[in-house]
Amino acid sequence: MTAHNPTHDSRQQLVIIGNGMVGHHCVEQLIERGATEHYRIHVFGEERHRAYDRVHLSEYFSGKDADALALGEPDLHKTHGVELHLGTRISAIDRDAREVVTPEGRLGYDSLIIATGSYPFVPPVPGPDSDMHPQARLVYRTLDDLDAIRSHAKTARRGVVIGGGLLGLEAANALRSLGLEAHVVEFAPRLMPVQLDEQGGIALREHIEGLGVGVHVGRATEEIAALSAGDDYRYRMHFKGGETLDTDMVVFSAGIRPQDQLARDCGLEIGERGGIVIDDSCRTSDPEIFALGECALWQGRLFGLVAPGYTMARTVAGCLTGGEERFSGADMSTKLKLLGVDVGSIGDAHGVTEGAKSYRWIDEAGSGYRRLVVSADGKKVLGAVLVGDNSYYDTLLQYAQNGIDLPENPASLILPQSEGGVPTLGADALPDTATICSCHNVTKGAVCQAVDAGCADIAALKIETKASTGCGGCTALLKQVFENELESRGMEVDRSLCEHFAYTRQELYALVRVEGITRFEELLDRHGHGLGCDICKPTIGSILATCWNQPIMDPQNVALQDTNDTFMANMQKNGTYSVMPRVAGGEITPEKLVVLGEVARKYNLYTKITGGQRIDLFGAELHQLPDIWQELISAGFETGHAYGKSIRTVKSCVGNTWCRYGVQDSVGMALELEHRYKGLRTPHKIKMGVSGCTRECAEAQGKDIGVIATEAGWNLYVCGNGGMRPRHAELFATDIDSDTLIRYIDRFLMFYVRTADKLQRTSVWRESLEGGLDYLKEVIIDDSLGLGEELEAQMKHVIDTYECEWANALGDPEKLKRFRTFVNDQCGDPDIVNVTERGQPRPARADERPESLAVEISS
Amino acid sequence: MTAANAIRSDIDIHELCCTADLVAWSGVVALHQGHQIALFYLPQGHDRQGEAEIFALDNHDPFSGANVIGRGIIGDKGGEPVVASPIYKQHFRLRDGVCLEDPEQRLTVWPVRLEGDMVVLETPAPDHPTR
Repeated sequence: MTAHNPTHDSRQQLVIIGNGMVGHHCVEQLIERGATEHYRIHVFGEERHRAYDRVHLSEYFSGKDADALALGEPDLHKTHGVELHLGTRISAIDRDAREVVTPEGRLGYDSLIIATGSYPFVPPVPGPDSDMHPQARLVYRTLDDLDAIRSHAKTARRGVVIGGGLLGLEAANALRSLGLEAHVVEFAPRLMPVQLDEQGGIALREHIEGLGVGVHVGRATEEIAALSAGDDYRYRMHFKGGETLDTDMVVFSAGIRPQDQLARDCGLEIGERGGIVIDDSCRTSDPEIFALGECALWQGRLFGLVAPGYTMARTVAGCLTGGEERFSGADMSTKLKLLGVDVGSIGDAHGVTEGAKSYRWIDEAGSGYRRLVVSADGKKVLGAVLVGDNSYYDTLLQYAQNGIDLPENPASLILPQSEGGVPTLGADALPDTATICSCHNVTKGAVCQAVDAGCADIAALKIETKASTGCGGCTALLKQVFENELESRGMEVDRSLCEHFAYTRQELYALVRVEGITRFEELLDRHGHGLGCDICKPTIGSILATCWNQPIMDPQNVALQDTNDTFMANMQKNGTYSVMPRVAGGEITPEKLVVLGEVARKYNLYTKITGGQRIDLFGAELHQLPDIWQELISAGFETGHAYGKSIRTVKSCVGNTWCRYGVQDSVGMALELEHRYKGLRTPHKIKMGVSGCTRECAEAQGKDIGVIATEAGWNLYVCGNGGMRPRHAELFATDIDSDTLIRYIDRFLMFYVRTADKLQRTSVWRESLEGGLDYLKEVIIDDSLGLGEELEAQMKHVIDTYECEWANALGDPEKLKRFRTFVNDQCGDPDIVNVTERGQPRPARADERPESLAVEISS
Repeated sequence: MTAANAIRSDIDIHELCCTADLVAWSGVVALHQGHQIALFYLPQGHDRQGEAEIFALDNHDPFSGANVIGRGIIGDKGGEPVVASPIYKQHFRLRDGVCLEDPEQRLTVWPVRLEGDMVVLETPAPDHPTR
């Protein structure tokens, strides 16, 4: 801890208590506004984790870890000299001394921000001793809470959530994704009583029951009793009226309470039912102390959503840096996907405004419900409720927030459309003041300004305005506004592959397939112009290879390939190549291992084990490649496609064949996958992994396709990668058998090949997919596009026509002619000079080369 | 590989290789008196409409220091035929060897032409021919 008032530092001291989403946003805002010039900032977080995304907490159980949920740059604080104290609890605020009390001593402050958030409310239901029975009184709020839930779920079959609000349903989803039979108990007569009306609650309940989650509304829990060891479940919940429900664990999610204890203890003004009282500038009753987020009470109201918290964070950051922002309340409209069900609630959802009238649309067959609440004069939208389909939400929200006059037939806004899809309010109809992104308070005007300033794509726009980087709910709207703005400026978004083809990779793929084009020149004649270039040639070479699987060394293909594909080896910095035969699943016989060693020794190749469980032999010259491959193929090796944008390797652990913990034969599955997909050309390289148990030694979750064995079969993960921007793969399907696994992967790969952009890895492709993982599941698992059979047939064609490219080339003297360093001399490149390091050759650096050669090169 | 036929007194003609050694729309490399020459063969010319053309540039890539230009992909930039270095992908004009990304860098252009089945290089004859 730094000293109270270092003499060399004239800056004031600012202390922030709380490192949740809102506290963190406040720090970001302060940094952005240059507050570190005037303040030394200390941030205290009670949790041991960096600030993380609590809104998407349930994804912790579907593949995301703490890092994936973390907010902002990991070294944000360090970079800007902000002191971050994690796992540190402030025990008191001494307002007289202007100090906070930390476990390590006192720390002075000039300004203080309280962002302590809220805690879960656990009603005083009598139950067993909580030390002996922690699983009878779990809560759902922090990552540590989730870890506790996960650990208790291991020995449980059924879990009950008390509380049928937004968080309670999230918690039920979490239990479900842990494999438990989940139940929700709600005191009110319907689910989500705050956001939904009666009919909306009924529709939501039907959806959720349809997913196998038990829903018990209008139930007051009077006691939780421990059952004896011989019973089926651990606890029995007794409801008022005599009904009971047995369970192994109970999660309380019956609402939140502001975490205002520190403020109470130091005498700040507190609301009657809790909450630190703040004014429009978020100041508490002590003007040097601010409060924001869920612990703050503004005009008698608490705000349990992240967007108002962010607005308060901006207000405070503004106050401390000379800004003028004021907090003036917040819109509590929400759009959610709960257990996969769309739920939307806008403004006056219950129609309590005087004279309000409602339009309702009810679909009892499909459990759909929509309600539009309009003003007494029938001109404005006051509120809305949506269950089952949120595609109406954006438009309704814009009507409500911007006071736009309703169309002649207001009901059309919620009625199913016979054609043309959901009615959308054209982006041009929105006023400049319309809020596009409520998380970061970005208006349409700000988006337009950014476009004027040169933002030419959505990615640039997101960086410039921060729009759509919060909850992401406004992505579609942002895109709409962006495209509308470009259009109105007479600009076009150029998606051409390059100057030779005015098409995207996806469009070219379709043209090749539909028109049955098998040669680059044919495509160039019909749909392009010029000679082509180093962008379009390899891209189209890859498309042709995926579609028709012609050998890449065939004369019509050879000039299209990058040097790696041309010579079926990987070019290194000095113009030599590395050679990497396939070692499927990382399994290799001693005999083959010896051959690799002998070949490497004979040709003086540097030898290294790769991350993909293969052996790479470096330093072969062009004219040596055929000889090397002749020897490798004679020993039973085949090409490893390490040079191609193609399926590379399937990494595996030894699985249950050897391992004490393995539950399936991961090597067998890795071999099956690798041999099935080897040679498939894809928009970018693809790596896979198969682990034999959840210990995940094959690191399958870091791969484009990851497979992890379970007791019952396999879990499939998709769209992960290491590399420049690592991304955890996401859980795609659980406990599937081998046939289903292969069917899903067939479809997944072919769908990726068909729709991805050039050099777009699965992770980036996944992030660009509108509809995200759910959409992908619909296409692959539910076959929503009816493409399943076609994708499988395409894959079958590639598999059936596989041949080792090196074996093919070695059989054709014409093809071998290419493997000459010089067409008129047998010698190698005299400029290739190696030195020995650690017993192996490596390219000489400039200062290690003989002087005479340097002269030769520069002459 | 030295002068085979002297058809003019001030020019030496060297046969580098056969046209069969060339690869359509791609490059190969010939060695000439210690110089590595990348040969690019456009069987229908740079507009894909006319006579066959051949271009010859130094094989040495000034950016990577490796001798790899002959293994680059041929294409055009705004109609101007170019080769892309296979290492860091800079483009060099086939006509004059100038690098589009960095015009300071320029590859030597070798005077080659197709003659029958042969690719020939014409160099100035030594001042005092010994023939």
